[in-house]
Amino acid sequence: MAILQINEVSKFYATHKALDHVSLSVPEGSIYGLLGPNGAGKTSLIRILNQINIPDTGTIFFDNEALNSDHIYKIGYLPEERGLYKKQKVWDQMLYFGQLKGLSLADAKSRSEKWLIKFDLKEWKNKKVEELSKGMQQKVQFIITVLHEPKLLILDEPFTGFDPINAELLKEEIKALKKQGTTILYSTHRMESVEEICDHICLINKSRKILDGSVKEIKIANSKNQFELIYEGNLPNWVEQLSSEKVEDGYTKIVFKVDNMKRSEIIKQLANEVNIWSFREIVPSIHQIFIDKVQEVNHA
Amino acid sequence: MHKIWLITKREYLSRVQKKTFIIMTILGPLLIALFYGIIIGLTVTQKTSEKTRIVAVVDKSGLFKNQLKNPNKVQFVYTEDDTSKNGLDLSGWLLIPNDFTLEEPKEVVFKSDETPPIELQGKLTDALESAVNNQKLVQKGVSKDFLDSLKVTVPLKTLEINETGDLVDSRAEVNFVLAFLFAFIIYIFIFLYGVQVMRGVMEEKTNRIVEIIISSVKPFQLMMGKILGIAMVGLTQFLIWVVLSGVMVGLVSLVFATNMVEMSGEMTKSNNSQISSYGSIFDIFLGLNLGFYLIIFLFYFLFGYLLYSSMFAAIGSAVDSESDTQQFMIPVTMPLVISFVTGISVLSSDPNGSFAVFMSIFPLTSPIMMMVRLPFNPPDWELAISMISLVLTFVLFTWLAGRIYKVGILMMGKKPTYKQLFKWMLMK
Repeated sequence: MAILQINEVSKFYATHKALDHVSLSVPEGSIYGLLGPNGAGKTSLIRILNQINIPDTGTIFFDNEALNSDHIYKIGYLPEERGLYKKQKVWDQMLYFGQLKGLSLADAKSRSEKWLIKFDLKEWKNKKVEELSKGMQQKVQFIITVLHEPKLLILDEPFTGFDPINAELLKEEIKALKKQGTTILYSTHRMESVEEICDHICLINKSRKILDGSVKEIKIANSKNQFELIYEGNLPNWVEQLSSEKVEDGYTKIVFKVDNMKRSEIIKQLANEVNIWSFREIVPSIHQIFIDKVQEVNHA
Repeated sequence: MHKIWLITKREYLSRVQKKTFIIMTILGPLLIALFYGIIIGLTVTQKTSEKTRIVAVVDKSGLFKNQLKNPNKVQFVYTEDDTSKNGLDLSGWLLIPNDFTLEEPKEVVFKSDETPPIELQGKLTDALESAVNNQKLVQKGVSKDFLDSLKVTVPLKTLEINETGDLVDSRAEVNFVLAFLFAFIIYIFIFLYGVQVMRGVMEEKTNRIVEIIISSVKPFQLMMGKILGIAMVGLTQFLIWVVLSGVMVGLVSLVFATNMVEMSGEMTKSNNSQISSYGSIFDIFLGLNLGFYLIIFLFYFLFGYLLYSSMFAAIGSAVDSESDTQQFMIPVTMPLVISFVTGISVLSSDPNGSFAVFMSIFPLTSPIMMMVRLPFNPPDWELAISMISLVLTFVLFTWLAGRIYKVGILMMGKKPTYKQLFKWMLMK
């Protein structure tokens, strides 16, 4: 089930194309990574989803309904560029943003109370935002984003500006929200956390989608049939060595490539010839796939 | 609507609860009262303490001996000595040359230790001229008794023909003050609070709050909420000032009341007609249709502010820093400044002339100009056209400003050109 279905969406500005016929489908309950270098069109797409901008062509469905202004109550958005009213009290600010997202005053109050306790901010509730440490401000910012319990949470470079402790906290919260059924659209150009968090990804470059799917599928699809073997003995001829180095006790480590052969078959044949210490497939990291694909497009 | 209300409420409360607002709101009337207090105090002490000046007349021509009438607060003494004061507190010597004749008046010299006040110079020439006139008339055989009987004061009362053809008191002085006051308040209000709108927009833009807000509300709602919230702050402050100033000025007047009575008592003696005209000013003031004035004032006050603040909001959205605002501020505020400056001259020359009529209908100048003209009874149709065009222009400008605002708040970096602003208006 897709909570978000984007069909052939394009957005043009006077001087450049921001999005060029982008289609993608975000499964409900997933953490969906929207990846791409700076300027690829991620923020343009996100602003369209938040109805800040209107696409020039294409359609968008949220929860099987054409995207409309009622949906903003079901979407939470943490923009890359974010801030708070510095002179306003934490509590007033939480209630204000909660109400703007459609909560009643009573609901906004009871939920804010819970979050303040959860994030250990209770005694700061009547302080002005500027009196809080940067880390505490980031917590407040996050609370404001999720206070209305959105079905879809859009995070644009959420870890930017977060210190490591809060980044970890945020990561845990994202996972917890996923467990509760929230779908998370996670936009970033940093690959470190993608494999750890995301179920699905979509790679955008130069305003076009170049790849999407589940992390597992993408990895398999992009595997280069390369394997690493540490062995003792004489290799059969069919092994196409890419590199080789001696390791301790007469063992040798090689990387080789085999096309059109199942892994079980490879192991079976090798086991007949050599003494295997370790065998593993070299799976490309999302980071590597990202770089390869982007370079492929840029050189094309 | 609910969201605009939420935003309006936040804008209002966040400003009204500020210490600076509370201080300024209380201090404002205190300063005004102090200002009035000093002025009234100075005038009163000066008027009551003004002493009679003694002027020595050294008449070589022999024409003026005992012929000069003592003007108010001046006393003439006749002497031959133009150097010594003879123990008198002399203000100076009036030297009339011996070849001074009635047919051919020569230069008369006033000699004194210090520069004589203009007022005194006027009194001296008046006294000399009327003495010469009188003597000429006496020479032609006019009797002295008849001359004395010529001294009459004719009080002038100005009347206006109103719509129903009745004659009513013309209220030039009160009108002047009222018109100026109305225009001044509107002028100040638009500037003070328009700039607050601009700063508020810039704050949200530079603090990067704006993207979070406009994922929940439309940019236009955010802009309108801000403009309305700040308008309410202005109205609140204005009303508090009116009430407090009234109380303060009342108190100050009470303190000086005794002095005032003394002063007016003296005036009655010297100039009967003048005091009676002062009396009638108060009558007129109380008799004015203040309710009508107030409604019209509030209308121009609000819509003038709304029209300009939407432009201020657009400026705030287009730039990243206060220093970049100047370039856009000047053309936007130009009509306002022009109407205020020309308003004063129109007020004293021709409040119903074609220039004034045009400016009071043209929406960018009408909030000030129509207030200037209002006490001079502009025709109803002019008032109606002026008000309608102001509202329509407000709608149009807010719509255009909203379009600039929508694009501008998300544009960081280089200051846009006018051409770009125009493009933003046309963007989807």
